Amino acid sequence: MTALLARNETLVAAVIVLFCIVAALSDPNFLSVTTLSDLLRASIVLGILAIGAMLVLISGGIDVSFTAVAVSAMYITTKAALIFWPGMPWPMIFALSILIGAGLGAINGVFIAGFGLPTLIVTLGTLSVFRGFLLTFVGSDRISALPPDMREFSRMVIARGTTPGGDFYNLPWSLAALAGVIALTAFILHKTMLGRSIFALGGSVESARRIGIDVRRTQFFVYVYVGALAGLAGILHGSMGRMADPFSLVGLELSVIAAVVLGGARLVGGYGTITGTLLGVALIVLVQNSLVVVGIPSTWQSVTIGALILLGTGLPAWQAKRAAARAG
Amino acid sequence: MDVSDPGAPGPLVDMTGVTKRYGGVTALEDVDFRVTPGEAVCLAGENGSGKSTLIKILSGVERPTEGEIRIGGQMMTGLDPRRAAAAGVMVIFQDFSLFPNLTVAENIALARDLTAHRRFFDRRAARATARAVLDRIGVDIPLNARLESLPVAHKQLVAICRALACDARLIIMDEPTTALTEREVRRLLGIIRLLKDDGVAVVFVSHKLAEVLEVSEKVVVLRNGRKVAEGPADRFDAASLTRHMTGRDVPEAAPGPYRGDGETLMAVDRLHKDGAFTDVSFALRRGEVLGITGLLGSGRTSLAKALFGLVRPDAGTITVDGRTVPLGDPIGAAEARIGYVPEDRLTEGLFLAQSILRNVAIGRLDVHERRGFVDRRGLENEAQDWLTKLKVKASSIAAPVQSLSGGNQQRVVLARWLARAPQVLILNGPSVGVDVGSKSEIHDIIRDLGTRGLGVIVISDDLPELIATCHRILVMKDGRMVDEIEAGTVTEDELSHRLAS
Amino acid sequence: MSGSRTETRLIETPEFRLAIIAVAIFALMAGLSPERFLSPQNLTSMAFQFPEFAILALAMTITMMTGGIDLSVVGVSNLSAVVAATILASLAGPEVAGAQAGLWLGFAVVASLAVGAAAGLFNGILVSRLGLPPILATLGSGLVYTGLAVAMTGGSAIMGFPEIVAVIGNSRIAFVPVPLVIFALLALGLHILLTRTGFGLRVTMYGANPMAALFAAVDIDRILLRVYVIAGMFSSVAGLIVMSRANSAKADYGSSYLLLAVLIAVLGGVNPYGGYGRVVGVVLAVLSMQFLSSGLNMLQVSNFARELIWGLLLLFVMVINVTNWAGLRLRRAPPRTGTQGEKA
Repeated sequence: MTALLARNETLVAAVIVLFCIVAALSDPNFLSVTTLSDLLRASIVLGILAIGAMLVLISGGIDVSFTAVAVSAMYITTKAALIFWPGMPWPMIFALSILIGAGLGAINGVFIAGFGLPTLIVTLGTLSVFRGFLLTFVGSDRISALPPDMREFSRMVIARGTTPGGDFYNLPWSLAALAGVIALTAFILHKTMLGRSIFALGGSVESARRIGIDVRRTQFFVYVYVGALAGLAGILHGSMGRMADPFSLVGLELSVIAAVVLGGARLVGGYGTITGTLLGVALIVLVQNSLVVVGIPSTWQSVTIGALILLGTGLPAWQAKRAAARAG
Repeated sequence: MDVSDPGAPGPLVDMTGVTKRYGGVTALEDVDFRVTPGEAVCLAGENGSGKSTLIKILSGVERPTEGEIRIGGQMMTGLDPRRAAAAGVMVIFQDFSLFPNLTVAENIALARDLTAHRRFFDRRAARATARAVLDRIGVDIPLNARLESLPVAHKQLVAICRALACDARLIIMDEPTTALTEREVRRLLGIIRLLKDDGVAVVFVSHKLAEVLEVSEKVVVLRNGRKVAEGPADRFDAASLTRHMTGRDVPEAAPGPYRGDGETLMAVDRLHKDGAFTDVSFALRRGEVLGITGLLGSGRTSLAKALFGLVRPDAGTITVDGRTVPLGDPIGAAEARIGYVPEDRLTEGLFLAQSILRNVAIGRLDVHERRGFVDRRGLENEAQDWLTKLKVKASSIAAPVQSLSGGNQQRVVLARWLARAPQVLILNGPSVGVDVGSKSEIHDIIRDLGTRGLGVIVISDDLPELIATCHRILVMKDGRMVDEIEAGTVTEDELSHRLAS
Repeated sequence: MSGSRTETRLIETPEFRLAIIAVAIFALMAGLSPERFLSPQNLTSMAFQFPEFAILALAMTITMMTGGIDLSVVGVSNLSAVVAATILASLAGPEVAGAQAGLWLGFAVVASLAVGAAAGLFNGILVSRLGLPPILATLGSGLVYTGLAVAMTGGSAIMGFPEIVAVIGNSRIAFVPVPLVIFALLALGLHILLTRTGFGLRVTMYGANPMAALFAAVDIDRILLRVYVIAGMFSSVAGLIVMSRANSAKADYGSSYLLLAVLIAVLGGVNPYGGYGRVVGVVLAVLSMQFLSSGLNMLQVSNFARELIWGLLLLFVMVINVTNWAGLRLRRAPPRTGTQGEKA
C-alpha cells in the first residue's frame, strides 16, 4: 500500500482527479465529452513525443533535440511533397516523415553511441543544428497550403458526433497513431530482448557490456526510434494543425520531459513506465488547456507547470533522501 | 603439480606459456594455468601480481601476447568475451555486474537469453529459469524482487545463479568474500561444494588468506607476473602463502598492553537507532585501540557511521573529552576532533582524478585559509610532512591519487585525517583491498597511533587484523553489544567462535 | 595547488586547443572581411554584445563544476530584470534625473541582485536539502521564475526608465564598454574564487566526488547553496545589462541564451560531470563564439545559420576532446574521469 502511494503514477493520478473535481465544481460544463475529446486531441502529439523521451530516459540518457527532429521531418516532408508530388498519398507522407525523423535520430545516435559523448550536450547541439539547418536551407515560411492528402487525413475521424446531452465530440484517426505507438513501445520494452537491454543499459552500462549487450547498437536504436516517433509526431502536428510551421514545436521539449519525469521516469536511467508517462502528459495538457477553469489565470501557467515539476520530482527525491538517511 | 593420472578427466582450462606485455611492461610472463572440471583453484597474489591480467585473458577481455589457451580441449585463438562465455567461462566481478532496476528473475535469465541469441523476452520462461537455478543451489530469493532491494550476499547469489543459468563450466570469482560475513561465507562455501559435485570448476581470485586455504584443492600463487608456487591446498598455510605472495616473511606483531592513563576519551551512551543498533554504550580510553566487530547486519557499519554523524541516531549521546558531540552531523563530529576513514576507499575516501596533495588538503582547508584564501605553501608543507611520515610512495604530490597502489591510497586518506590532529580516529575496514605487505604496515601505523595517545576505533570483520591491532574488542550482534574481549587473551579461533555464537 | 595540471602538458589542455580555435576564427573572419571585421566599430560592438550571455555562461560554469547545471539562468535574469524595471518605470518613472535617478538605479540594482540571490538560494535548497537532480530542479524553478515574470508583466515589455539606466549597458569607462568591464570583473572574480580560495577547492573536490566530500566532512549543503546563489546573482547581472541595452524588460528576452550558455561552458572545457573547469577556457569560448557570430553577421548569414554553426562547433569540439584525449593518452593509463565519462 505504501509502495503504491509512493509511486509517481498514483501521485499524478491523484492530482489529475483533484484538478478535475475542482474544475467540475467551478464549471459544470468541464466534465463533458467535448472537453475529454479536446484534451485527447491535444495529448496526441505530446504523448508520442513523451513516449520517445521516456525511452531515452530509461536508457540512461536525455534527449532535448526531438522537437527539432519533429519539426524538421514535418517541414521537409511537406515541402518535398509539394515540390515533387503534391498528390502523394498520406501513408507515404507519413512514412517519409518517419524516415526523415529516424535519419536525424541516427545522427544523434552516431555522436552518442559512436563517440560516446554526453547525451544532454549532444542533443543540445543537434537541437540547434537541426533547427538552424531547417530554417536556413529548407525554409522559414509557414505553409498553409498543405498537400491535399495531409488535409484529408486531418479530416478522417474514428468517431464524430453529438452526445444525447448535446456535447460535440470528435476522435481523429491520429488518436489511433498514439495507440499504435503505445502498443509498439510496450511490446518492444516488455516482450523483446532489445527492450530488456534498454532497461539494463539504464541500470548499469558497465554490467550491460559485461553480459554481452551490444551497448552501442542498443543506444543507437533508442535514438533512431525516438527520431522516428518524433517524425510521426511532427507530421501529425502539421496535419492536425493544417499548417506546416517551421517555428512550432521547438521549445516544447522541456514540457515533454517534465511530463515524463512527472510520470516517474528517473534521470539516472532504468526506470519509467508508459502508464506514468501518459498520466504525466495528461496532467501537463490539463494545465496547459484548462488552468482558467480552476480559477488560475493563464499567465500563471508556466509557474504551475514549474511547481508541478518541483513537487512531482521533489517529493520522491526527498523521500528517497530521508529513506537513505534512515537506512544509513 | 597437477599430476596427470590416467583416470582423471582432461583439463577444462589449459593455459600454457601465457605472456602479456603492455608496451614495455610485462604483466604476465610464461604462466601455465590448468583447471580440471569440478576443481576449486585459488589464484592468490598481491595487487599487481598479474592475477587480474590472467583472469582477463582467460575470460577473453584481453589477448595474450604469447601462449596458448585451450578450453575443453579446444584451442582458443582470438578469444573474446562472448566466445569465452559460450565455452562456459563466467566471471563474477567484485561488483557483481547486476542490474539494480531489474528483478531477480530478469537478472538471472537475461544473460542466458542473450547468449542464446533470443529476440523476444518471455517473462514466464525467465522465472522458470531463475527458479530452476535457485533450486539447484538450494536458495530462496523472491523472483520478483528488484535487485536493489536485496542485501549484498543475495546479490552475489543472484550473480552465481546467472552464471549457472548460462551453463557455466568454470566460474571465476573475484574477491568473493570481501563483502560477506562469516556465516554468509559458510553458505557460499556450501554452495561451491554443491557446484563442484556437479562438475563445475571454480577459480577464486583473492588475497584473503584464511578463506583461500579452506575451499581450494589447488593453490596457484603469482608474484610480479610469474607463477611462484603451485600445489595442493593442504600444503599451504597462512605463513607460507604470505611468504610466496610477498617474497618475504611478514610477522604480524601484536599490540603491546594498554599503557594509557585510563582516562575516558570518548563515551557513547545508549545510542539507539531503529532497525540498526540498540542501546549501544561503551567508553574509549585515551591511547586505546578499540575493535568493534560483528557479522554484516550486526549494526557495526551503521554504528561506525553514527559515531561520525553520517547516520543520525534516534537517541543517545556521544561525548568526547566531556563535551557532547552533535548527532547526525559529520562537520560537528569533525569539529569535535573525530576522524573517519571509510570502508570503501575508491568511492567514499578518495577524489581519484585529483592530486595527492588536494586529497590531503581537503581536510585541512579551514586551518590554511586566510579570509577565504588558501595558503598554498602552508598546505603543501604540511601535506608533504604527513605523506613522508606515513611513508607514501609517490613520484610527486601533484600526481593524481589514482596512480597510487591501494596501500598508499589508504595512507593518503589517513594523512588527511591525521593532519587534523584528531582525538578519536574511526577506521572502518582499514585494510580492505590492501595487499599483504601494506596491510601489516597499516597495522603498524594503527598501533603507533595508540601509543601516541589517540583513541582509535577499528571496525572490521577481519579477525587477525583485530587481534593484531586492538587492546579490546567489542562484539555486536543484532544491533547490540553482546561481548567484550580483552585482546591478547584470545586466539583467532576463539574469537571466531565467540563471534558466531 | 597545481593539481593534475603539472601532469598534463600545456598543449594537451582543452584551453590550449580553444585558444587556437579562437585565434583561427579571428584570423578567418579578419581575412574574409578585414576592413569591416577589424573596424573599431565592429570591435566595440562585439564588446557590447557578448557580456550578457558570457555572464550567463559563467553562472553555468560554476554550477557545472559541482556536476550540476543551472537551466534557470535565463528565467532568473528576466525575473530580476522585470523587478528592476518595475521599480525604475513605475516607482521612479522616466522623468527622474540627477542624483535622485542614481539612487533609484542603485535601489533597482540591489533589488534585482536580491531577486537573483533569492532565486539561486531556492535552487540551492532544492538541490542540496531536498536532493533533487539539478537538471530537474532548475528546469522546474526556471519555469517558475519565467512564469512569475510573465505574471508580473502580463507578458508585455516594461519600458520608460530614467535615462541613467543606459549607463549599465551602453556607456564606456575610458573607451571600454561598461558591460565588458562588468564581465571582466566577474570573470576575474570567479577565476580567483575557483583557484585561490578554499571555497573554490571545495567546489572542485565536491564535483570530483560528492560522496568523498561528504566523508571528508566538507559542508556540502553550504557549498551548493553558495554555488547556486552565485549563479543566480550572476544571472541577475546579465539581466540588468540586457535590460539596459534593450531599454526595457520582458519575461522572454534572451531565451536562446540558455543553449548558448551551456554551449559556451562545455566548449570552454568545463566537465559537465563536475570536478574540472577553468574560467580562462570559458572566456576563450566566449570570444570564439562572438568572433564567429559577428563575422557571420557581416557575411550576411542569417540568425538561423548562426544557430546551425554554433551547434556544429559544439559537436566538433566535443568530438575533438574525446578523440584527442584517447589518442594522446594511449601512453598513459586511460583517465577514468574524462569528458567521456558515463553515468556512474
